[in-house]
Amino acid sequence: MTCEECGKNPATVRFEQVVNGKRTVMNLCAECAQKKGVLSVLFQPTFSINSLLSALLGSQMKGLPAASPGEEEKRCRICGMSYRDFARAGRLGCSRCYETFEDRLDPLLRRIHGSGRHIGKAPVKAGGAARTRRELEELRRQLAAAVAEEAYEKAAELRDKIKALESTLGREEE
Amino acid sequence: MRREEGLLENIVRRSSSPWMDGSGTMSDVVISSRVRLARNLRDVEFPHRMDEKAAKAVFDKVKNAVLDVNARKAVPELTCIDLEDVSPLDRQVLVEKHLMSPQHAQPLPGRGLVTRPDERVSIMVNEEDHLRIQCLYSGLELDEAYITANGMDDLLDERLDFAYDDRTGFLTACPTNVGTGLRASVMVHLPALAIGDEVSRVLSAVNKMGLVVRGLYGEGTEGQGNVYQVSNQITLGQSEKEILENLSLIAKQVVAEEKRYRETLMKNRRSALEDRIFRAWGILTNARSMSSEEAVRLWSDVRLGVELGLIDGPDVTHINEILVIAQPNFVMRSHGRTMSSEERDIARAELLRRHLASMKS
Ligand SMILES: [Zn+2]
Ligand SMILES: [Zn+2]
Repeated sequence: MTCEECGKNPATVRFEQVVNGKRTVMNLCAECAQKKGVLSVLFQPTFSINSLLSALLGSQMKGLPAASPGEEEKRCRICGMSYRDFARAGRLGCSRCYETFEDRLDPLLRRIHGSGRHIGKAPVKAGGAARTRRELEELRRQLAAAVAEEAYEKAAELRDKIKALESTLGREEE
Repeated sequence: MRREEGLLENIVRRSSSPWMDGSGTMSDVVISSRVRLARNLRDVEFPHRMDEKAAKAVFDKVKNAVLDVNARKAVPELTCIDLEDVSPLDRQVLVEKHLMSPQHAQPLPGRGLVTRPDERVSIMVNEEDHLRIQCLYSGLELDEAYITANGMDDLLDERLDFAYDDRTGFLTACPTNVGTGLRASVMVHLPALAIGDEVSRVLSAVNKMGLVVRGLYGEGTEGQGNVYQVSNQITLGQSEKEILENLSLIAKQVVAEEKRYRETLMKNRRSALEDRIFRAWGILTNARSMSSEEAVRLWSDVRLGVELGLIDGPDVTHINEILVIAQPNFVMRSHGRTMSSEERDIARAELLRRHLASMKS
């Protein structure tokens, strides 16, 4: 998008103004924004994953075929939401929606987060095995980093820890 | 007086909070560190889809879990506040004190706030997610804040059935929070970069590193008091540790830049800087009417003056409190009624004079 004031530079600042009670929005380049004396928007994030999400959902909406008569739209069995409802609202209906719309959400999550796989904390209830698996993944990543850095002593230490955890995991899963 | 009312009264009348006490690492630039965990109950509609009955049922479940946590005496006693019992004015003060988001002040049934006297922990119930566990610490103390939030998460997880999937992690209403559900942020004060006209350059670089930058009270308040909140955006595919380390690393770079500019100002433009700071101090301690914007703007100069040792006497806690006293609802609350903006400006100037007079050396 080019600046709505000069029509030359790329617009990087969203400038909102209230004139006679009416709100107007202009997209400006940094230079024109400064000329307008807009101190408070001197900085504007150029990238946010929220705007990425709405853009992705917008384009997905266009690609969704209109529900043909007689054809049932797939809905979440807990909350009754369809993917179309989600694309419109930007929010899912309940935790079960993630499973219901897995096929479509998976690529979306990858685009937004750059990954589709959780490697963080697992709740205590997820059980010992799940937590150990998490820990293992973390250690393996640290090992890869240590090897890349040629920190062999640390790598050896990590390998021992991994071996120990792998054997606990074997016992837990038996 | 019921316990909830007592706690609430204490919080909304007090301009100080422990997380503003100026302790912690790099607190001359970093005002506070915040960690927030988004959690939801399994197979229960997310708040934006819930009817009144479902919302109240979630609130009751959380309340019972909290009572049980209290019974074990594992952490300082938590209090559950039903926001429907809280006046609109008090709800706004809770926002001004950063205990909850502006959206959460809208009165919807089943909305609640769980907190404790030190204000370090606050849990929003039925905001965008069923639970948002928030911990606030002074200075650059993300690890400290995460440890507290994580402990609270464990205590609640034992008592509630959180929606979690081994592959996608903690499941949230918005896919931008899924995975760790962790949003960590640091609130930085960048007055010297602002004077040097370098805020934009530094923060654009921060944004390019995948972090998002917002103002003192979130989106749309950028630039107020030269205060910015820097937070992570990605919540999936990175561990909590990585997220916190990455944010901390970048925050330290921002701090270093700000300090470099502070030093340059002291070396090359000291008299102009002193003039600016003492003018701000003079107005803050003498004005008879002051808008919220002006107070926050002057606060920025005065805080810089205190951090550079140019103004001597006031401690950082007192200075940081000005940020709360500057806010419109806090002023009205301390007078116990709603006021026109003219009345408010007069009352604010008086509150500030009294506040600053009590600490002059
Ligand atoms: Zn332009
Ligand atoms: Zn659902």
